[in-house]
Amino acid sequence: MTQLQSLTPAMTASIVTGLARLVTGVRGNWQGSLPDPRPRIYFANHRSHGDFVLIWTVLPRALRRATRPVAAADYWARGGIRGFFGRNVFDAVLVEREAASRDKDPTLPLLAALDAGNSLILFPEGTRNTSEAPLLSFKSGLYRLARQRPEVELIPVWIDNLNRVMPKGEFVPVPLLCTVTFGAPVALAEGEGSIAFRERSRAALLALAPNDAAAP
Amino acid sequence: MTAGEETLALFGGILAVLTAASLIGFLLARRQPAGNPSPVIENLNARIRAWWVMVALIGVAVALGKPGVIVLFALASFAALREFVTLTPTRRGDHYALAASFFVVLPIQYYLVWIEWYGLFSIFIPVYVFLLLPMVAALRGDTTHFMTRIAEQQWGLMIAVFCLSHVPALLTLPIPGFEGRKVLLVAFLVLVVQASDVLQYVWGKLFGRHKIAPLLSPSKTVEGFLGGVLSATALGAALWWLTPFSPIHAALMALVITIMGFCGGLVMSAIKRDRGVKDWGWMIEGHGGMLDRVDSVIFAAPVFFHLTRYWWTV
Repeated sequence: MTQLQSLTPAMTASIVTGLARLVTGVRGNWQGSLPDPRPRIYFANHRSHGDFVLIWTVLPRALRRATRPVAAADYWARGGIRGFFGRNVFDAVLVEREAASRDKDPTLPLLAALDAGNSLILFPEGTRNTSEAPLLSFKSGLYRLARQRPEVELIPVWIDNLNRVMPKGEFVPVPLLCTVTFGAPVALAEGEGSIAFRERSRAALLALAPNDAAAP
Repeated sequence: MTAGEETLALFGGILAVLTAASLIGFLLARRQPAGNPSPVIENLNARIRAWWVMVALIGVAVALGKPGVIVLFALASFAALREFVTLTPTRRGDHYALAASFFVVLPIQYYLVWIEWYGLFSIFIPVYVFLLLPMVAALRGDTTHFMTRIAEQQWGLMIAVFCLSHVPALLTLPIPGFEGRKVLLVAFLVLVVQASDVLQYVWGKLFGRHKIAPLLSPSKTVEGFLGGVLSATALGAALWWLTPFSPIHAALMALVITIMGFCGGLVMSAIKRDRGVKDWGWMIEGHGGMLDRVDSVIFAAPVFFHLTRYWWTV
């Protein structure tokens, strides 16, 4: 039974990435960095619930299990199918989004995961972007992680077209080709403040967007 | 020869050509200085490797007969339509119409091939989808660029689904004395048109001097066009035994479909140019996307289908 329990998430994960390939034919462009097993933080634009799956799909299989999404506890920690995917299949690191319901520093579980050798997938906009703007402003989480773990590489990752495959509120996906572009690592500069770093890392991510992405 | 023997002879010949191509590619690559490979030869070898995969897939489909060929081309249509829509500026209001194109229109078109209902097959997309799909889009209420959006969706369906479905539709033609061998007609069409593409590439690389349409495609030359079309026509004549045609008719058919294929390639290049991309996608290593590979077949298939239907069926 325990074997079955550990097998089911792995199989489910293969089915999910297989489906993602079937619908989106996704291709990973390793433009400024290459796959690396050392702990990293991939920070990406966030328009769809499938964003994390798409990054996972283009990562080499060996790196997938150790690369965990940072997800909102209020959404993914519930019971049922969402909880199964969040906890068992994706092995998400859950954070409390609402400051009111936090009883501890929300970056602690993230630092623990990095220290355990995991890589993280982080959406620094903090929520799904449903606006016309290509990218929202960044929250401070990325900056705080960069300060506490300066040796961890921060890789910008631009996910293109997935918002067209499954716009918010739609139930049937339209098959369209998607790309996931990995840029060069962004490092926190000596004495750089939170606001300056958030602006700079956001610009580094936006620079990976194809030209047409900016236009609606 | 029986149909089985003809198929074996055909695939034996194709495998021999591919083996020779792989050998030439290997020798060319070995002549390059170590650590400094030529991108042209790398691309050539990637193309040859992809051909092995494509020939294997077509071989399996032909071996499975009608269901195999229909499923193969339905999947090719799916990939082609996906590439086309990806490069089309769509809006939220197109979502239902697009989902219906993939999951309703495409399956119905290939189902009509399966049940051999020619009357509906030939007008389903040009008439019924043409009328119904804009209604689906209109009901969503988004009028921005409405005319452009519905026109592009219809064009994509015509190209990627309607035209391409004429390849498996060859299996439905009632040709007297040709029963049980119709899959060879599919092989003739695909082989001649694809050979024409390859031969144009080879002639162009070897002797190409004068660009034929520099604004559309920098790699297409007069020498490549003439050499490719003429040698593919000769190949078509030499393959007359696959078909119900006489050698002369086979040559004329080959000439028509290679010219259609060449001009179709120019049309699709014009769209790529306008969209600012080199390839439609990245599905087939060395070639680009599905549409990059089947663009010539798309433009040749309906003409080949109707010429054959007009002169050779009862």
